[in-house]
Amino acid sequence: MSSLNKSPFLKIFLSYLPIIILFFSVFNEFDFNYLKLDYFAFNFVHLLIFFWTLRNPDQLGYLAIFFAGIINDVVIGIPIGISSFCYLILCSVTAYLRNITLSPNFIKDWISLLFTILLINSIQVIILDLVFLIKVDYTNYLINSGFTFLFYPIFFLFFNFLNERISYQTND
Amino acid sequence: MATGRDDFVIAIRSAFLKKKDKQKFSLLTLIFVSIFVIVLSNLNFKPIQFVKLGINEVIYRSSHIASIPENKFKEITSKFQSHIDLYESHQKEVIKIENSEQLKLQNEFLIAENKKLRELLDEKIDSQEIFARVLIDKDSPYLKSVVLNKGTKDKVKIGMAVIDEVYLVGQIIEVNYSNSRALLLSDLNSKIPSVLEPDDIQAVVSGTGSNFGTIEHTKIDYKETLNNKEIIAYTSGIGGLFKPGIPIGKIDSSSEGQINFFSDFTQLNYVKIVSYKFGGDK
Repeated sequence: MSSLNKSPFLKIFLSYLPIIILFFSVFNEFDFNYLKLDYFAFNFVHLLIFFWTLRNPDQLGYLAIFFAGIINDVVIGIPIGISSFCYLILCSVTAYLRNITLSPNFIKDWISLLFTILLINSIQVIILDLVFLIKVDYTNYLINSGFTFLFYPIFFLFFNFLNERISYQTND
Repeated sequence: MATGRDDFVIAIRSAFLKKKDKQKFSLLTLIFVSIFVIVLSNLNFKPIQFVKLGINEVIYRSSHIASIPENKFKEITSKFQSHIDLYESHQKEVIKIENSEQLKLQNEFLIAENKKLRELLDEKIDSQEIFARVLIDKDSPYLKSVVLNKGTKDKVKIGMAVIDEVYLVGQIIEVNYSNSRALLLSDLNSKIPSVLEPDDIQAVVSGTGSNFGTIEHTKIDYKETLNNKEIIAYTSGIGGLFKPGIPIGKIDSSSEGQINFFSDFTQLNYVKIVSYKFGGDK
């Protein structure tokens, strides 16, 4: 087991895991819609980007996030560039939070996430509805934002565990 | 106060311009690039369109490959469910077969009669069918669409009808070289001119973003004419894209004016992409 922990493959794999999960989730929709539960969907990508750019930005490059946004737009069929823009706005909020925070606090992060998600979803709705004249369901966006906010603690635990593993492997 | 404002400016400047050790581009650069991409994607320049088509081709194919495990899981779940429902569905099928035998005879007579009447009116509808496989069936909460494996090389064009068995499921909205995207009837942006039978009411079937549709632009008192009847919505042929009479969905007394589509959009595997040529059209 200890030899596995020191394996260079595991080290490389873990360091790239956030990027792998990001690209896997934009190629495969991670909104749990195939469970056929009405109005139950959350944006996994937003949670992923928020956590990693806030807690360990070295593991998730802005360029990778930009390309993930482009892929997401093409796959879900909205004009190219919108998701990239929204993801980068999310990154700028986390970068700002990182700069003004001395000691990270989960509750503060969680509340910041709510405002950030509302901001980026509003930007997305404005661009789609008012600029590109694509009709969108506001209720869906609102509920999606709500669930994304509510699911953050669960994914925080998972990502935090992963982050600790990565830090452990990197510092080893 | 001034110090606070300075701190804020420093934090903002640092967030947008400062690069971490492993970041190759600053946030501000990438934000400008994404705005530039949004503006470019809205322009109809040929080189941009070609780049867009190239990106679509590569990403659709990659997404199809990446979705294989997810699709396998869906397939297994669906098969398992159909095994569980076997007895119940068998009973329903038996009743359906009995009814369909009677309807078949009636239908054959009506087809022959319809053909004769069209000949009298000198109205002829030719159709060209292309069979396609669903590459990506991404049930996004925002946009209801599917990606099909036929594109311009197979003579697919924007506006063509997408049919599952005999039921309308949507229309082509984007065509690339080897694939295309179809907007499903359930999407908020889908509007199909239709006719409600048996009362022959003209209407527009509109998507809602959920798995049902609504009736729009019709007689204000159309709900009064429903009177607990089962109403079937067919394409009306107005607009010239679809032929009249393709079944869309039904409204029954329990559905409170909602149209339940005949086709289950989550189970689409193979569809027909159809173009219609009306009498006199070249």
